[in-house]
Amino acid sequence: MGVSINWLKQYVDFNWRAEELANRLTMAGIAIEGIDQEDDDFILDLDLTPNRGDCLGMINLAREVAALNGSSIRMPEIAIKENHENINQYIKVGIDASDLCQRYAARLVKNVKIQESPAWLQKTLIHSGIRPINNVVDVTNYVMLECNQPLHAFDYNLLGNTILVRRARAGERFTTLDEVERKLDNDMLVITDGSKPVALAGIMGGLDSEIHDATVNVLLESAWFLGPNIRRTSRKVGLRSESSIRFEKGTDINGVIYAVNRAAMLIQELAGGEVVKGIEDVYPEPRKELQVTLRPERVNYLLGTELTPSQMRSYLEQLQFPVKEQKGNFIVNIPSYRPDIEIEVDLIEEVARLHGYDKIEPGLPGGETIPGGLTPFQKFRDEIKNIMSPYLNEVINYSFISEENFQRLLLPQDSNLRNVVRIANPLSEEQAVMRTLLLPGLLENASTNLARKNENLEFYEMGAVFYPAESGLPLERIRIGAVVCGHSDVNWTRHRVEMDFFYLKGIVENLLWKLGLEDCEFVVAKDFSYHPGRSAVLKYYGDELGIIGEVHPLVLHNYDIKQRCCAFELDVEKLFAHKRTRLMVDKIARYPAVERDIAVVLADEVTAAAALKAIRDAERELLKDVVVFDLYSGEQVAVGYKSMAFRMTFQSMERTLTDNDINSSVNRIVDRLQKDFKAELR
Amino acid sequence: MLNKLKEIADNSEKWLSQASNIDEINELRVKVLGRKGEITQVLRGLKDLDAGERASVGKIANQLKERLENMFSSRTEEIKSQELELRLARESVDISLPGLPLQRGGKHPLTLINEEIRDIFLTMGFSVAEGPEIESDYYNFEALNIPRDHPAREMQDSFYISEDILLRTHTSPVQVRTMEKLAPQLPVKIIVPGRVYRRDDDATHSPMFNQVEGLVIDKRITFGHLKGTLMHFAHKIFGEDVKVRYRPSFFPFTEPSAEMDISCVNCKGSGCRVCSHTGWLEILGAGMVDPRVLQFGGYDGEQVTGFAFGMGVERIAMLKYGINDLRLFFDNDKRFLRQF
Ligand SMILES: [Zn+2]
Repeated sequence: MGVSINWLKQYVDFNWRAEELANRLTMAGIAIEGIDQEDDDFILDLDLTPNRGDCLGMINLAREVAALNGSSIRMPEIAIKENHENINQYIKVGIDASDLCQRYAARLVKNVKIQESPAWLQKTLIHSGIRPINNVVDVTNYVMLECNQPLHAFDYNLLGNTILVRRARAGERFTTLDEVERKLDNDMLVITDGSKPVALAGIMGGLDSEIHDATVNVLLESAWFLGPNIRRTSRKVGLRSESSIRFEKGTDINGVIYAVNRAAMLIQELAGGEVVKGIEDVYPEPRKELQVTLRPERVNYLLGTELTPSQMRSYLEQLQFPVKEQKGNFIVNIPSYRPDIEIEVDLIEEVARLHGYDKIEPGLPGGETIPGGLTPFQKFRDEIKNIMSPYLNEVINYSFISEENFQRLLLPQDSNLRNVVRIANPLSEEQAVMRTLLLPGLLENASTNLARKNENLEFYEMGAVFYPAESGLPLERIRIGAVVCGHSDVNWTRHRVEMDFFYLKGIVENLLWKLGLEDCEFVVAKDFSYHPGRSAVLKYYGDELGIIGEVHPLVLHNYDIKQRCCAFELDVEKLFAHKRTRLMVDKIARYPAVERDIAVVLADEVTAAAALKAIRDAERELLKDVVVFDLYSGEQVAVGYKSMAFRMTFQSMERTLTDNDINSSVNRIVDRLQKDFKAELR
Repeated sequence: MLNKLKEIADNSEKWLSQASNIDEINELRVKVLGRKGEITQVLRGLKDLDAGERASVGKIANQLKERLENMFSSRTEEIKSQELELRLARESVDISLPGLPLQRGGKHPLTLINEEIRDIFLTMGFSVAEGPEIESDYYNFEALNIPRDHPAREMQDSFYISEDILLRTHTSPVQVRTMEKLAPQLPVKIIVPGRVYRRDDDATHSPMFNQVEGLVIDKRITFGHLKGTLMHFAHKIFGEDVKVRYRPSFFPFTEPSAEMDISCVNCKGSGCRVCSHTGWLEILGAGMVDPRVLQFGGYDGEQVTGFAFGMGVERIAMLKYGINDLRLFFDNDKRFLRQF
């Protein structure tokens, strides 16, 4: 909101230049975001916190300035020439919803002449972002800006002699000033002429009773409406006005009369006419001023200051809060224009604000310090990121996804993963459901990067996935997933690794090994989103930890990915549950190790895992290690067969092994492979 | 005979100096000093001499032999070192060629900043608390002194799952959850990192972003402690030379409330585009925990006091890394990610 400094000076004296004033206000919690010069004036751009809606009124803003420089404000004096008629002859106000409308005051100005406002008024409104309309409407807006009390002006002749404030009827229709027909419900408050609505209370008047060029008699409304209700209605009908903004934040119920008088006076000045004597003021339960007790020792206790009670008192009095002393405490009367102050801490903030936050000495909490730290699970997640980060780039995706992903991933209709937590009011269908797996986000990352010609991708993400719960909050589980495609970076050495299934499997095996989970089995997977011949489920003693594989070509097609991609996704909480501390099981042998290689021809369906298991089973004592070091199929091997080569390391803890020892071990191993798999030595 | 020996020595010396590699020297050594070499051949003639002459010629012959051996070995050394030099010269490479590229992964910049923030508070004795990303209205709003229809709910337009369940709009719900768990234990000293969600999507707002929240509760915790703690944090994360200021602000769950600004890291306070020419950057919100919130958490606001604070991780990361577009964090472009 823009505030003219020249206008502000009508209510309070100060010698500060614009920058100084802006700084003082900002440091007192009334943030000034910028200053614009306009001719001989400066316009301050106010950014108010929601609790200080009162400062949307110039007079209340002037009170802040006065509190800061120890002066006091000048309220415009009210001088109205009333005629000898009585308002009761003209209007009767009734309130049928006294919870939503706690006060309604009406005043009548007769025989006005509608015309353009004088230049000063038009200019003032324009500076405040309000379009001038005519002298009467402009006055209501001016007084709103001055007193923070929204007013409405009706053409009395079009209205009649009754005002009834009530809830709208469900389905009732009403056309607002902006010529839009609104459909109402019975939580909305309307001003009626006894039968039909003439205004949507606190938000906008009606087209049928607005002030127009031929209006002669003006009925002024000054009322107090319940903020939350105005806010709800304003959102429901999609209409925010200068008026509704002020009611939402709370207005001064005891300022209603001053404002309506101020408006009547200015209308008389600018549009002529006569003010009918009296105000029709319906105020069933007059509000008493709130009293809040402030204990001086509590102020210092909370702020860590050493202020004297008289200092505190003077801060409150600078704010024009009446203060009484009682047994060393202060009983403070809270003016009704400050509805934000409800309890003692609110007053402590006022004291701190006036004293200046910057004058409060900083310190560190003393006393017993407990050692802080991370929980084992927090450390574990760090550890996983530390293991992954040398190889993969971490991404962070939105937790919500488009439901279409499930189709793209070829998930069947009855898949558990389609059972989602749904957002009732998503920003778009693209962000409508909470993710049940990380894969869609990762594939989208691959897809967008490839579309931008970023080749060779290696991404991982750790984060929550969400599942509906029978009752209470949805379930959240932490997962880690990754996607890779292409090769390692181009370089001049000709060593480039293809980031294929086995590359990614290596990354997973490295992770498992570091977590002490190297016993994890890779079992052929049957998953709709993955290549059936190139994917595996990870099982740790029967517990499924996740999946790894090449993404199914149709899925890749659905994500517009034109090259092979591999992915994995693991349940971090399961990894944590199984994680073992690695014990040093292999003693360092003093006797030399001997390596022997064998190559055998095996039928294609014999897996490496099965062959390795057979080899280990055949020689449990001396075989220290065995790895596959070559795999060949082609011309020199019959169709349906492959040649697999193993490098075996033999070692004893007790002695140096002889050729005889080793030969007999190797023979036993070869025999076993022949027996189990009809393997032939090459 | 002596002349013969002298001749051998002179010739050897000549040949040695002409020899260009170890093999040639070895060949020559065999030819001259070997068991069937020239010297040996000559010395065989000793037996034909008389005893006196034999002794003197033998002595001279041995001296000569020794001299030749020294000549051979020093020439060998000389050639070896020449050969080594040649090899080293031959083997030199273009050291300007790049090293073998290792896989280049890395943590997301938000993770790096999160860790940095966390480590500062860990050393100050804070623990890390966490809570669900999908929250109940009670923890997200009610227990934080934000009843239904409170205008502050509008500051945080929310994604709802149902009437009472929503995506948390801040990490503050974990404050109350932690208090409930710990009350009446003291002190409470936690930070809460995590993803939060607001229904906003434009150049400066992301519907999902990251916050770090903090909470300290104990006997006699003051606003001064709030200032000191957060000032320490600001100096650790932005450097000891940044200036810090506190302005009154408003949060429904703290009173008094404050906003902490630091002197602009870009212009050092003289005013620039980054700080909208104010010289100051808003970094975090904070305040003394509202007694009503303490009560929701199971603490008596008369007996204990506390402060809370919260900051956006993206904002800190943008300032620290000089990133000017919030969207880059969730765009996950490899060219962006690889810079960290
Ligand atoms: Zn700057």
